[in-house]
Amino acid sequence: MTHARRLALAHFWIGFIAFAIALVLGVWQMWVRSPLPAPFLTASTYFSSVTAHGTAMAYVLTTFTVMGFGYYVAETALARALPAPRWAWTGFWLALAGTLMAVVTIFSGRAAVLFTFYPPLIASVFYYIGLVLVVAGSWIWCVLMIVAMGQWKGANPGRPVPLAMFATVANAVMWLWTTVGVTLELLFQVIPAALGLKAQIDVGLSRTLFSWTLHAVVYFWLIPSYIAFYTMVPQAAGGRLYSDTMGRLTFVLFLIYSLPVGLHHLLMDPHQSNAFKFLQVALTALVSVPTLLTVFTIGASLEIAGRLRGGRGLFGWIGALPWERPLVLATGLAFLMLAFGGFGGLVNMSYGMNAMVHNTSWVTAHFHLIFGGTVVIMYFAIAYTLWPSLTGRAAPSLAAQRLQLWLWFIGMLVMTLPWHYLGLLGQWRRVATFNYADPIIAAWGPWVIVSLVGGLILLVSGLLFVRNLLQFAIGRASHVPAEVYATAVHPPLRVPAALNGFRLWNVLVLVLMLLAYGYPLAQFFIIDPPGALVHRVDQRR
Amino acid sequence: MAIGEEAIVRSELRWAAVSIGVVSLIMLALIYAGIVHHINPPSNIEPIDPKTLHLSGEFTEANLGTRVSAEGQVTSRIVATQFTFQPRCIVLPANQRVTLRFATPDVIHGILVTGTNVNTMIVPGYVSQVHTVFTRTGELLMPCHEYCGLGHSEMFATLRVVPASEFKPDAQGRVSCDAR
Ligand SMILES: [Cu+2]
Ligand SMILES: [Cu+2]
Repeated sequence: MTHARRLALAHFWIGFIAFAIALVLGVWQMWVRSPLPAPFLTASTYFSSVTAHGTAMAYVLTTFTVMGFGYYVAETALARALPAPRWAWTGFWLALAGTLMAVVTIFSGRAAVLFTFYPPLIASVFYYIGLVLVVAGSWIWCVLMIVAMGQWKGANPGRPVPLAMFATVANAVMWLWTTVGVTLELLFQVIPAALGLKAQIDVGLSRTLFSWTLHAVVYFWLIPSYIAFYTMVPQAAGGRLYSDTMGRLTFVLFLIYSLPVGLHHLLMDPHQSNAFKFLQVALTALVSVPTLLTVFTIGASLEIAGRLRGGRGLFGWIGALPWERPLVLATGLAFLMLAFGGFGGLVNMSYGMNAMVHNTSWVTAHFHLIFGGTVVIMYFAIAYTLWPSLTGRAAPSLAAQRLQLWLWFIGMLVMTLPWHYLGLLGQWRRVATFNYADPIIAAWGPWVIVSLVGGLILLVSGLLFVRNLLQFAIGRASHVPAEVYATAVHPPLRVPAALNGFRLWNVLVLVLMLLAYGYPLAQFFIIDPPGALVHRVDQRR
Repeated sequence: MAIGEEAIVRSELRWAAVSIGVVSLIMLALIYAGIVHHINPPSNIEPIDPKTLHLSGEFTEANLGTRVSAEGQVTSRIVATQFTFQPRCIVLPANQRVTLRFATPDVIHGILVTGTNVNTMIVPGYVSQVHTVFTRTGELLMPCHEYCGLGHSEMFATLRVVPASEFKPDAQGRVSCDAR
């Protein structure tokens, strides 16, 4: 096995183990919130569990999967050995050490601050240091991706960087920008407070810095899915990529527009003015453009595949697609869930309308649908696609893979549709228990139980996923893995420099960030608001 | 492949134009709602020191709850603190513009009022302010909706919305739940 393949496997497994544990915790949390009596319940176990669930899903599963996938792409799409594999392993061990440090701190009951850790609640410093180590590991990955692309360009002057690698580097560059906000918050505010060096915190500043990271981080998680849509799905469907240029443009747009939009998470906060909230909502609306472009380009690519396979008529090509292939099936299900989730997101970002749903179950429903329905389901499909070449064995059963994907889809809808409805009724987020004796709340009970059933289906699906990967061990050996990357209808011979690198776009990001976040951050140093006293959660009473 | 490169570019550009058109329409709708219907988020950059708000000024204990000013303006002042609201029960008149003002001495909280669009974060260091009109009478729940510590799940208040005829301020203009 090559270095990159061993790296990819190691990263994927850490991510998927964290995912399986987080699933179990998630189901228990839903059980606690339902009218049914649940075991192990104390406020401390519940909020520690919520913290672990969020940390494992949002930081561990995602970061490790993005890194592992990136190493695979760098080696296979560029068809050359990975630069400095020793550094890649250093990043892996750093991130793993950070993960273990954070998890141990959470389960010892000293970090019940949820994965968003809003100050002035302050956990044990080891939780934050753990997170910093995970981010540090991912920064090594970012540098390696940029170096790998640079070396390839040096060896292939004038030729367009393969789309999969171009997109991976777009994500690496975006991630470096994204992590600046949370890193400043951790290094200058939170960690000094956790060490006892600071007694007060400017909470408006910390929330604004966190918002810088909070939207773009979602695109960091999502870009592997989009890489699969553009560079693997057309191939799996038996067709061609409709337009390589549109792919490049899409990833550039993600880089630009996912950053200066984070204030839409602070629409209900007092400390930002309506002018900047509105500006960032307008930019948020633009971030839907790359997704709309993708739906069109991938739709057209699939149509080509369907017609090549004999599909006729306006919609006949849809039925002619090879839905028995897990990657094609996952894409269809992901697009359906993206449609539901996208509509929900439109309400969230709608400036004034946000008041109707802010911090209700609607929001929880929205991000679980987007995260589970577009990010994680494509992680499954990516794993199924890469595993033959990573393990040198063929899948023993595609039917088991399809069943797993369908269960995930059904579970997601059964869980999140009731949550959307409960959110509209006013069910609020982030509580362990509800007082079902209250007549308003009693009426929610049946829907909460339905969503718990959805959670159980998701748990079954998640465990089946792990089993399906382990089953490769009994698959027959296959030493010539199939080609995973799609070719474009018109493969690019040359592309403009702007679509072959990121220098220009970095300048644009800088300008937009100064415009969107310059004053919203500077105002805290101008008005110098009174600080809030640190409230530790890690001291035993 | 039968499709020419130019045809592909043309179709992509057409779709991009449609996309940008849809996004622009949504933005126009938001601008319309903001300007014509005053549907705006609760921004209010009004600093207040969380460490001293209980000692002097508008959020001292004697000032909390609902009060009607000499001009007839109804304002409720509420402190959100780990893990309760002061006061825990608030009386407000129906079908009349009211102002809710919140502050916290400790950590971040947030509130919504079930069945209404009243929603705001409560951030230490700032006064949060919401204007609204309650159209239905009855008891409404006002829970804390932002995680504020282990007692967060038990943190809620009750809003009692009464018809104007039953909303009777005392000599100082105050209205409270126990007075009735
Ligand atoms: Cu966002
Ligand atoms: Cu709370």
